[in-house]
Amino acid sequence: MIEARNLTKTFRDKKRGEIRAADDISFRVSPGQIYGLLGANGAGKTTTLRMLATLLQPTGGSATVAGFDVAREPQKVRANVGFLAASTALYGRLTAREMIAYFGQLNGLADAEIRARTKRLADELDMHEFLDRRCDKFSTGMKQKTSIARTLIHDPAVMIFDEPTLGLDVMTARAIVKFVRECRNRGKTVIYSTHVMSEVEKLCDTIGVIHGGKLLGEGTLASLRASHGEQDMEEIFVKIVGTETSL
Amino acid sequence: MNWNNILTVYVKELRDSLRDRRTLISMIVIPTVAMPGLFALIAFISFKVASEVAATPPTIMVLGGEDSPLVRGALLAHPKFKVVPAGDAFKQQISDKKLRAAVELPPGLDAALGRGESPGITVYNYDGEMRSGRAVQEVRTFFAAYAEKIVATRLAERGLAPAAIKPLTVKTENVAPPEKVGGNVIGGFIPYFFLILAFTGAMYPAMDLTAGEKERGTMETLLCSPVGRVDIVLGKFLMILTASLGTVVCSLISMGVTLTVGGTLLAQKIGAAGTAAAARNAERLNSMVTLDPVGMIGVLGMVLPMVVLFAAALFTISLFAKNYKEAQTYVSPLIIVILMPAMIGMLPGVELNWQLALVPVLNVSLASKELVSGVWHWDLLGIIFGSSCIYAGVALWLAVKMFNREDVIFRA
Repeated sequence: MIEARNLTKTFRDKKRGEIRAADDISFRVSPGQIYGLLGANGAGKTTTLRMLATLLQPTGGSATVAGFDVAREPQKVRANVGFLAASTALYGRLTAREMIAYFGQLNGLADAEIRARTKRLADELDMHEFLDRRCDKFSTGMKQKTSIARTLIHDPAVMIFDEPTLGLDVMTARAIVKFVRECRNRGKTVIYSTHVMSEVEKLCDTIGVIHGGKLLGEGTLASLRASHGEQDMEEIFVKIVGTETSL
Repeated sequence: MNWNNILTVYVKELRDSLRDRRTLISMIVIPTVAMPGLFALIAFISFKVASEVAATPPTIMVLGGEDSPLVRGALLAHPKFKVVPAGDAFKQQISDKKLRAAVELPPGLDAALGRGESPGITVYNYDGEMRSGRAVQEVRTFFAAYAEKIVATRLAERGLAPAAIKPLTVKTENVAPPEKVGGNVIGGFIPYFFLILAFTGAMYPAMDLTAGEKERGTMETLLCSPVGRVDIVLGKFLMILTASLGTVVCSLISMGVTLTVGGTLLAQKIGAAGTAAAARNAERLNSMVTLDPVGMIGVLGMVLPMVVLFAAALFTISLFAKNYKEAQTYVSPLIIVILMPAMIGMLPGVELNWQLALVPVLNVSLASKELVSGVWHWDLLGIIFGSSCIYAGVALWLAVKMFNREDVIFRA
């Protein structure tokens, strides 16, 4: 379960003054549900997700992830979260097995448990062929599979995806989308940020449209279509955020 | 703080770094192969040039003295000179290094000496040029011996013993053991090299483990784990410290071997000449390469908190950079900051006192110079060790503070 209440993050910039990267954002995601955070570049998606993953401290408001407060119990939150983003890379000089084991150790798992879970994940993700090769020699697909295994090694209850398909080819992006669905099927609480409308249509149970740091609209795909009188998600998005020039 | 997590981060960073060619070069190859190799090469070339200079008689020209066959004849017959015929352009020839020196004998030199006078002789040379200097030295030695003979003759004519003009003889006797002599001679260089190597050894891993990770995107991956930030800082810091100490230890072993083996071989070669001067030089060289082991342990003890300070300071500064290139821009000029006080510590006459004991780097440099020559000022050593520990602690505290700053970690 994820619950954000009036979550706010401000930054100070020498030239632009105070920037409200996330402004009074509230939403709720239940187990077995995918919440899509849809927004253009710079809308505040990454800031919001980083606050939920406790990488950033909220300036205002609060949030609980898997029952733990992000500000007061950040380590407990991270122990229950799998965070996968385009910006979370792999250690190039480690093998995939070492990479997965490292994050297993950091999550406090015993060696035997790490071995068993690595084997299971390697079976599921078809990783055996490259499990003992160094990550810097991997193709994009291999890297993504290793990153997925890294996020799942401690079997977190909550999965946070921050534009995970950014820059990926069609086949790898499809594999990621499939994996996100599997997470939902396993009863995990999933939050997924993207600016790709088709991904939102395919994946998300609830969609939140974020723009200028504010959550401007929220609902299921069907309810958004009904309330805005449009079928195409792109048109709905433009209607919610206002004019196209505001992008 | 969780030691299991710190150890996990440390072991991973160690494994990762040991697979990195650049870290291996800065930590192992440079101190064990490049540095001693460079020293050995410099020593070999210096020895070869010095031997060549010593073995080749300097070319000199004798100007005038045709009316003084005694002095001129002795000079021409001297085996340590190669005398060339006199010519007008002798100054140009000296400048062109075709001639090393020219000796001008005044008119009526033999006669003047016979009358008991003290005539002057002029030697033309090229200051700062090694072979010209050697020629002047040989000319001086020749005339000193010649003058001594004349003095002996003059004293004998007056019925006086040589002791009449030399009532006292002063003799020096060394009581310092060879290792203390060695400490005094090369002691100043030892902390200098330790400090430089400790710094350069920490430099690359510090940049790689902070700015490098930010640039590659692995820092964010690591921060997603439930490990406390203090644990991450300490694990990474321990790796940087290991690299720094590893560099110092590798250089200590390789330089020790180079000095002992190379120095002994060189001393044997010098001593093989069989002359008294050669024996003295060989003994002096042997002293230089013999260092007090207790003093060396003391130096390591002093350098240790300084290494901690370097590791923590480099970590903090590199962490601030958004990428590896920017980190290099910040860190590279710091070498000068370390070099300057370390070099001041090498200067003769700069002595350790209460004020200087508080100046980082310089204090360790000065204390180490004393330690290797067997001087232990316990009070000042205590201040240096204590202040270095405080500086190191502050630097580490700053590193943790910096790691907790979002604007630093996510600086892009």
